[in-house]
Formats: sequence, structure tokens, C-alpha cells
Amino acid sequence: MAIDPTFPDPRSLLPADRPIQLLDADGTFTEDPDWPIDLDDAQLAELYRLMVMARQIDAQAITLQRQGQLGVYASLRGQEAAQIGTAFALAAQDFVFPSYREMGVALVRGVDPADLLHVFRGTWLGAHDPAKHRFALITISIATQALHAAGFAMGAKLDGSDSCAVAYMGDGATSEGDAHEAFNFASVFGAPCVFVVQNNQYAISVPLTRQTKAPTIAHKGIGYGMPGYRCDGNDVLGTYAVMRQALRHAREGNGPVLIEAVTYRMEAHTTADDPTRYREDTELEQWRARDPITRLEKFLRDRELVDDEVVETVAQAAKAEAQSVRAALYDAPHGDPMELFSHVYAEPTQQLRDQHELLQAELQGQDA
Amino acid sequence: MGAVTLAGALNRALHDAMDADDRVVIFGEDVAELGGVFRVTDRLKERFGEDRCFDTPLAESGIVGTAIGMAMYGYRPVVELQFDGFTYPAFEQITSHLAKMPNRSRGTVQLPVVVRIPFGGGIGAVEHHSESPEALYAHTAGLKIVAPSTPSDAYALLRASISSPDPVLFFEPKRRYWTKEDVELPVTTEPLGEAVVRREGTTATLISYGPTVATCLEAADAAAEEGWDLQVIDVRCLVPLDIATLVDAVEGTGRAIVVHEASVFGGMGAEIAAELLERAFYSLEAPVLRVGGFDIPYPASQLEHYHLPDIDRILDAVERSLAF
Repeated sequence: MAIDPTFPDPRSLLPADRPIQLLDADGTFTEDPDWPIDLDDAQLAELYRLMVMARQIDAQAITLQRQGQLGVYASLRGQEAAQIGTAFALAAQDFVFPSYREMGVALVRGVDPADLLHVFRGTWLGAHDPAKHRFALITISIATQALHAAGFAMGAKLDGSDSCAVAYMGDGATSEGDAHEAFNFASVFGAPCVFVVQNNQYAISVPLTRQTKAPTIAHKGIGYGMPGYRCDGNDVLGTYAVMRQALRHAREGNGPVLIEAVTYRMEAHTTADDPTRYREDTELEQWRARDPITRLEKFLRDRELVDDEVVETVAQAAKAEAQSVRAALYDAPHGDPMELFSHVYAEPTQQLRDQHELLQAELQGQDA
Repeated sequence: MGAVTLAGALNRALHDAMDADDRVVIFGEDVAELGGVFRVTDRLKERFGEDRCFDTPLAESGIVGTAIGMAMYGYRPVVELQFDGFTYPAFEQITSHLAKMPNRSRGTVQLPVVVRIPFGGGIGAVEHHSESPEALYAHTAGLKIVAPSTPSDAYALLRASISSPDPVLFFEPKRRYWTKEDVELPVTTEPLGEAVVRREGTTATLISYGPTVATCLEAADAAAEEGWDLQVIDVRCLVPLDIATLVDAVEGTGRAIVVHEASVFGGMGAEIAAELLERAFYSLEAPVLRVGGFDIPYPASQLEHYHLPDIDRILDAVERSLAF
């Protein structure tokens, strides 16, 4: 694969001193000529609708877990702007490689949230067709999907296509070797790839200060010769603007971009976690004041794009959607055990055919 | 007919596969400019250009992980991990993703990726360059594991591996890279998962794959002088394993010895012995014996000949089998 044999000017790669922010915690909008947005009123309202829906389905998923309908669930609460703002900037031909916390991104891509939650129910290991919405299966082993994104982007470059690959990951993932290798491969090959790191401050219980000594995660970009953009991850207009620019940079053949969206995981790591053992309520309160949905709602009200009636309509629609997700999952049948052997290889081997028969006999024995 | 080396046959197979399908791309460490440290990818970059054969940063997980992403895009990557002992950085990508993604996607994602791995000892190399880790990968559901022993098989099985919709780990017997065979390439590609009888015999069956098939054939020649008529079977594919051919053989001879370089504990020999015990119990005149490397970390090169199974160790096992 052709490479650019020059080394970049380091001054072009460092993040700004302060996180990029267009919408502050009070919902006040400040235009930034370096980070333009192109959203019309309908799109602004759509961002709001998606964020409210993500939060509502997220809450429903936690409820379903508490009721024994899901085995476990990893909440995105607090990260709606980081996910939906960045995903909203994607083009149809782009391909997303998510971790396991990206239900907000999935919603923007049109993936049925019930399909994602079937994975947490344990119905199947994966329940949606990645090609259909250009959204890969969720990846649980940390940072490994970053390499799939880099490889996909290398393929896009070889093919002369204008699609970008996007890997989503958390702050903890940046400590993994695969994140390093993915950043490096994408940059060496100038592949159209964007790495979106949602810095939600914790990897389960371990805080950012134990993950890295880099000034910020965005500063890591310079080590790979790619720009690092750092933004307020709770500002959906900021995350959108930053992603828009990153995708343009990658699509125009300039190689990958590393985005750090500074946010906070408002819930436990997963429903199996107890965050009271490692963080204080006061910290949670500080972040609650920076809530991504509250500030967008304030902004939209100030612009008279939403009022009480619209807010209520959006809330009701989100509740209805969450209810339909609940209906799809509640007591949903588990996978067919006879399918366990069907997809290990394109054609089952003799050994798998034998084991298929063995399981069938075991099940018939139970029925008899 | 011309004499073709095993490395040359692999090179020809890569060449012909790239010629036949422009989605086949080759990458890894030193594969392009250098042509591979064993020259298996020699001149492919010149012939097909740097988009089809290129060098990567030195990172094995990166090589396999990006191969997965490129396969998801629609390419058919054939990547090289330079030595057996350097596959471990890629272990997670191989076992957690390459092996599993087709299954976890319920067949909607296929990963036609071939990972080429020069394996085994006997070349006087430094540490980490002589290992036989095939059982680690054979134990992982979702991978096909291929290990040819002859130039014509190297060609045929590599073509079949590249055509396979499933991910394949292709173990190349590095000390046999320069073995020659009079053969006209291309030979017909055979499906993966069929063992072959290399030598007919009636006294006992030697079962092997990769670099020790030749050792078994030499042992059979030596045994003929003793009046023993040894059958030799080349397994060729460890996954899927052609148990039917092995059972047939043992039903004929009643005695089997599995030979490989890898440590015997938990190795392929244990698996094959267990299968034969289950399926050919009443045909067996003696327990299935295993001949392999000791259960030690691969030794320093000046001591490796003590570790590697040789003709004497194989014939001693035949004698023990016959003594039952």
C-alpha cells in the first residue's frame, strides 16, 4: 500500500489548550469559526430526539436487567452527546466498529436496539447483520475493534472508496496494545479512520490517572503523527463539529484522527458493578450539572425550536420506543440450540455434524 | 516436470491466487521489498504492485487485526507472521475475533483470511524461532489448521486455504522449505480436511504432519531393512481432522504411532490417539503411542537434536508397539 514518506509538522497535531465546546453547560451557544456546524432546525431537533430516546432505552435496559430479563447491561447514561453527536456526522457509507457501550451510536445508524440488547440477554452472541447498517457487532475485548477499523479503512483506501471507518472506545482502551497498533497502522498507511475515545473517566473502577501520564488522551495522537482533537463530550454540537472535521480530514486522504470526547459515565460500569466503592457522590453531582440533554434542551428552548409540548411529545415517543424494546425482549425465546453448530465454519465439519446429532439426541432424551 | 522447492511452491501458489482474484492481498513484516525472510513472497510486489503486497509495521496483532478489518471490507488477506514464536502477540485477534466472528455474527460475516506461519525447529535458530504452537490454535473452534509436508501439497493446500470462506492458519514446515519435488505446477487443488497415505504398509501406521512426515518416511525406509513394513499417513489438515482415513489405516495395521515436533502433552498426538481409541478400539493391537518433543521449552539450538523426534525415537516407539 502506498504511503506518504514524509513526517508531519508536529505543530499541526496537538489538541487545543481547552476542549472544543460550542454549547456550554448552561446551554449557551458560542460559534467557533474553526469548528463550524451545518445543522438546520430539523436536525437540531433530531439530535435532541435521539438523545432522549437513547436515555430512555438505556433506563429500560437497566430495568430489564434488574428484572432478570438481561444478564448484564453497560449503560451509556451521560455519554449521549459523545455518541450521538459524533455518529450524526457519519455518512451512509461509513462503517462503525463499536465497543459494548455504543447503543446511542447504534440508534443513529438505524440498528434496532432490541437486537443489541439480545446480546446482553444472551439470546445470541450477535443478533444484527453488520453490513446492513454498517455497524459491526459489539466488541467486548477491549480496543481490539480499533484494529478492525484500521484494517477496514486500509481496505477503503486500497479500493479508492470514500468510506471512513470509525472505532469507538473508552479511555481505558487507550492503554491496550491493540489501540496503539491500530493508531499506528492507520497513520502509517494514511487510512481513512477516526478513533473516537469517550473519556468517561473510569475503566470500571480505575480512573484515568492510572491509565495514562499523557497530558490528555488527545495528545497521544502526535505520537502516531495524527491530529488529536479534544472536545467537551457532553456538548452534542461540539462532538458533531469535531467529528465532522475529523471525517473530512480522513476522507480527503489525510489519514486518521484521534478524538477525545471528555465525558462521564453517570451509571455503574455495568449492572454488575458497584461504583460507590470507588467514587464520590460529589463528583457525580458535578457532572450532573453538565448533563448533555439538559443543555441541549435549554439551547433549543432559547431558539424556540422546542417548547413544553415538544419536550413532552419527544418524551412520550421515547417511552413508547422503550416499551416496544421491552416487549421485544421480555421473555423472548432463547436461541435455537441446534443452530450452535451452523456458523462455526461456512460448512459444518464432520465433527460438528456428529456433535449436532449428539445434542439432538440429548434433547430428545430430555423430552422422552 | 521440474524440481520445485516447498518455498517455491508456496510462492507460486500466492502468485497464482493473486492472479486469479484481485481481492487477494498479501501483507506482513518484510514480505514486500525483501520477499519474506524465507523468500516465500519473493517478487510478488514487483509483479502485482504495492497495493497487493506490502510491508507493515512490526506488530503481529496489528497484522491479524487489520486483516480482519480488510476481510470485512471485502478483501481476502493472506498475511505472514514471521515465526511461530511471534504468533502470540496476535493470539487475541486470532482466537477472539478471527476464529469467532463468523459464528457470533450467525454467518453474516465471513473472514476469508489466511495466516501463514513458518513453524518448527531444526534450523539452528535462536529462541522463539523453532516452536510448534499448532495445538494452541487447533483447540480454538472456528479456525482451520493446515500443515503441508510436500511442495505439491504446499501449493494445493495454500490455494485451497486462500479460496476457503473460513479463516485458515497455514503452518509451513520451515526446515523443509528447500525440500524438492519433481512436479509440474499448478497441481489440482484439493479440499481441506483430507489426510493422505504417503506410504502403504502393514506392520504399523505412522501418523504425522508438516516437517516430521519426511522423518517418518525415512524411518519407514530404515525399518524396511529390519523387515517392518510401516504405513505413513500425512494428516495435512489438523482441523478439520480426517479421522475416517486414520481409522481405516489403523483397522488395517492395528498399531499407530503419532509423530510431531510439538511437546506431547496436550498435543495433536493426544487428540488423534483419543479419537482412534474411541473409534477403532477393537482393531487396536496396542495402545496408540505418541512420539514428539519433550515437555520442555524449546531448547537452545545446539541441543535441539536431543529434543526433536528422529528416526531412532520413532523406531523405538514401533518396537514398543509391537511388543504389546
